[in-house]
Amino acid sequence: MRFEEYLRRSAERFPDKTALVAAPRRLSYSQLDDMSDELAQGLIERGVGSGDRVVLFLDNCVEAVVSIFAVLKAGAVFCPVNPSTKADKLAYIINNCRARAVITQQKIAPVAADAVLAAPSVELTVIADGEAAPSTPGFLHWRDVLAVPAFRLLQGAPGIDIDLAMLIYTSGSTGFPKGVMMTHQNVVAAATSITTYLENTSDDIILNVLPIAFDYGLYQVLMAVQVGATLVLEKSFAFPQLILQRAAEEKVTGMPLVPTMAAILIAQRNLAAGALPHLRYITNTAAALPPAHIERLQALFPHVALYSMYGLTECKRCTWLPPAQLKNRITSVGIAIPGTEAYVVGDDGQRVAPGVVGELVIRGAHVMKGYWENPEATAKALRPGPHPWEKVLHTGDLFRADEEGFLYFVGRKDDIIKSRGEKVAPKEVENVIYALPGVSEVAVIGVPDPILGHAIKAVVAKEPGAEIAEVDIVRHCARFLEDYMVPKFVEFRPSLPKTESGKISRRLVAETPGGNASDAAH
Amino acid sequence: MANDLKQQIRDFIETSFLFREGRDQLSDDASLLDAGLIDSTGILELVSFIEGTFGVVVEDADIVPENLDSVSRIAAYVESKHVDAPAITAMAV
Repeated sequence: MRFEEYLRRSAERFPDKTALVAAPRRLSYSQLDDMSDELAQGLIERGVGSGDRVVLFLDNCVEAVVSIFAVLKAGAVFCPVNPSTKADKLAYIINNCRARAVITQQKIAPVAADAVLAAPSVELTVIADGEAAPSTPGFLHWRDVLAVPAFRLLQGAPGIDIDLAMLIYTSGSTGFPKGVMMTHQNVVAAATSITTYLENTSDDIILNVLPIAFDYGLYQVLMAVQVGATLVLEKSFAFPQLILQRAAEEKVTGMPLVPTMAAILIAQRNLAAGALPHLRYITNTAAALPPAHIERLQALFPHVALYSMYGLTECKRCTWLPPAQLKNRITSVGIAIPGTEAYVVGDDGQRVAPGVVGELVIRGAHVMKGYWENPEATAKALRPGPHPWEKVLHTGDLFRADEEGFLYFVGRKDDIIKSRGEKVAPKEVENVIYALPGVSEVAVIGVPDPILGHAIKAVVAKEPGAEIAEVDIVRHCARFLEDYMVPKFVEFRPSLPKTESGKISRRLVAETPGGNASDAAH
Repeated sequence: MANDLKQQIRDFIETSFLFREGRDQLSDDASLLDAGLIDSTGILELVSFIEGTFGVVVEDADIVPENLDSVSRIAAYVESKHVDAPAITAMAV
């Protein structure tokens, strides 16, 4: 089944129910369905057709959600791009997928204009908000693109479920983003699996602060529509008090987090245990939560199921830890999501025994079709699997499994540091440092060292007002880690650089200059 | 004094956040959030700056757009805190 069909079904089941809250606006399911019909018709009339790519360069707003479904209803492929993307990269993406249309908003229209100027494939650029007509020649205002309301279009399906639904660009280690190709079938498989283990129902009210250009944020939209739930969309976590207030007002039941948000949340001194009484679950992905932060979240929200998850854009989600397992396996990211397989292989591609570190491999209907027009990268990620008829996804992430099959993230395949000839997983050192009170963010990297090969360096961001010195970090590590894992250098920074999806990037930490590193050995 | 205060705040925002965006103008009343200048970690930097520079303690409950989402609002917030603690005002400004 194609994904837009879920919107039609939810609109039939719950026409007057609130589908979307993007303060101060509230949209019912029938409004969301109608608005996306109108925009779909408008797009079709302006030449957007089956399989065409439409770049959505929008923040978390009503029009972004409407656009996602309008593009699908037009039979086209949406490609969400983070609104903080700069013109050069936006142009790269538009040109890479030869987008026919771009939908954007006033405040970032100048960036879009620069990019579109360098992108001959674009025939239509729509400004989704504002009163005035767009000042850029050739740009159209949203209301001028909408077809006549009440015109019901698209009674027949605009395609089939093996058509491409979306292209999600993901930062490649080589520097150029790669477009992850997801069919409707892929998206339906991923969303169905996730809503199954989260036990989502139409009673859920999901708070999404994550950018919907990031697949974790995007799927909050998709999954809410799939089950007929209500989505509360916010633009930023910069003012956590405001978000907590919104969560309480809207009686949210589900709150997806990334570790940075969790760290900020638990640092709120006026947050008392039992806050948000309607909250049913919290999810975390993008990177593992440090155990100390998991424990703090559990203390603050004792009535809430906490899901540790792991995934990558190439299959959306790989694993989930059933909340009941948290107490015994706090550092595990769990088992394969329902209907899929996740297992650890050695360099020869064969499964390894429990406890042995290898690469995580994923099988399932949620695995991407490949990277857009990038056969080399595709061949690296999608490789022959156990059966002759299939390819499986090589995640590039190192894992181990315990005796019961629960999976543990060890590190990115190329992040392992060799120091004194020993392998050091940065993750392991980071987890220890996170347990030190006052630590907000940490990245552990290897720096070339003539004697050690690589020396371990911890780059740390402190919580406001925290009094931690380099020596405290080193002493703390020495208490919990083998000698060779203890950082030789500690550097403090106000915050650590992140990828667009909000993960702390060890690569960016290593590439960007910080303050003065102090040699902890002194 | 109010202008000095605004200038100090503006200097901090420009050196800490603005250069990342390649912008050159920021009006006193522009929302830092809408302008895409500040995110959840940026706000923490801003709070440490306010506490360190102006000698005020920023309570969690004070970290709301009404207090911190523009140069003018930050200045008004800092001044309101200084009314509560005039001795610190003299020290910090």
